[in-house]
Amino acid sequence: MTQTIEPAPGEEYEMLYSRLQQIVEQLETGDLPLAQALTLYEEGVATAKACQRLLDHAALRVRTLMESADQSPAITETDV
Amino acid sequence: MQLLTVSQLNTYLRDLLDADDLLRDVWVEGEISSFSRHFSGHCYFTLKEGDAQIGAVMWKSTASRLATLPVNGEAVLAHGRVAFYEVRGQVQLYVDLLRPAGIGLLQAQFERLKERLAAEGLFEPSRKRPLPLLPHRIGIVTSPTGAALQDMLNVLRRRYPLAEVIFAPCRVQGAGAADTIIDALYALYETNVDVIIVARGGGAAEDLWTFNDEQVARAVFASPVPVVSGVGHETDTTIIDFVADVRAPTPSAAAELVSPDIEELNDDIAQMRGRLSAAMTQRLANARETIARLKLRLDIRSPESRIRRDRQHIDEFIRRATTTVERRITLSRARLDGVRGRLEALSPLATLERGYAVVQSSQGTLITDASQVAPDDRIEIVVRRGRFRAHVEPWSTADSAVNEVKKQTLT
Repeated sequence: MTQTIEPAPGEEYEMLYSRLQQIVEQLETGDLPLAQALTLYEEGVATAKACQRLLDHAALRVRTLMESADQSPAITETDV
Repeated sequence: MQLLTVSQLNTYLRDLLDADDLLRDVWVEGEISSFSRHFSGHCYFTLKEGDAQIGAVMWKSTASRLATLPVNGEAVLAHGRVAFYEVRGQVQLYVDLLRPAGIGLLQAQFERLKERLAAEGLFEPSRKRPLPLLPHRIGIVTSPTGAALQDMLNVLRRRYPLAEVIFAPCRVQGAGAADTIIDALYALYETNVDVIIVARGGGAAEDLWTFNDEQVARAVFASPVPVVSGVGHETDTTIIDFVADVRAPTPSAAAELVSPDIEELNDDIAQMRGRLSAAMTQRLANARETIARLKLRLDIRSPESRIRRDRQHIDEFIRRATTTVERRITLSRARLDGVRGRLEALSPLATLERGYAVVQSSQGTLITDASQVAPDDRIEIVVRRGRFRAHVEPWSTADSAVNEVKKQTLT
């Protein structure tokens, strides 16, 4: 099994983005206690910023599956 | 040595031919002759080439799929199986596909494979899977040296640099290329890619042939994740284009199809930010409104307003008390005036005013009868203003009841 253990930036982005969506939807219902709304808002702003940072700094990562001597594929990071 | 009956021999020959793999699935190139169409719809003809010939049968079902029936002398590619017809003791070609020879063997094979795989359900629209919206890991199967790889990577860098590409190199043409594609595909199936692109840049039809390989098609069909094919140019169609979940006209187009545009993602984030602050602004406005409403309710119940209300009550009480007292005074005054009127009416003073006088004895008894006085009695006379004493004179006439009153001035 050749799994990349490290999460892909896209996974992190999707996680953050769905959290952001959740926050916005929760805030939009409008019946949260104010303190909770403020906390959520702050988290939302930070999450949006984190999403933006991921988008701004993303650099395509390319890994190559290589046939190694024992016939089992291995992943190597290469400049393709 | 064995002695066989004719039928035993023919059965043996039949089984012999049936057991042969090549004869079960074969393309034969030749020229049509002795073509005849039976009234049942089945067609019988001979395929000739030079001095060689073989009898051929094409069932009605196959014949009905042909646009035009072949004519004698036409060069054709016939596909089918070779079997022994025991009744006549003849070897026959049972044709299930007939193509004009001009179309080329490869093309004929292509169509044959396409029909077979379609019949097997490999192209079923119902099993096409949608592409993931945000693929985290994109598998790419292509040649490490071709321009296609760089084209795709450039598209992904520009559109969706968040992705991680897992590149499985293969050979895309030449003998054995199909196996390298299959290996690359299965290697990717062992990873956690979300989508796979199988691609090759443009080339001559023979160069793309690897992608018409049946085993490659089956390997694509076996993919656990959606597969996008991007082989050749827009006009090229290969078998894996039909098997893939999505067909892209070129490798670059395939890369575009699997990747969301980062501009759209940026817009998404901007939109989320907008909604976030709008929701917060709204929430704060709600809070302000709530506070205003509570303040209003609080004001109503405040000590000041309570005092103000009490003061109002007190004022009201005072006003009502004053009114009551005043009314009572007025009433008393009116009553008093009435009594005084009656009193004045009864008073003798008014009578005295008119010149009458009140005569009293010296003891103060009111004298209303002359018999009450005797001569020389002293009496008091009260007039309107003041009083004086008088002396009773003896009355000379017979009328004894009337005495002359001698006037005597009193001090």
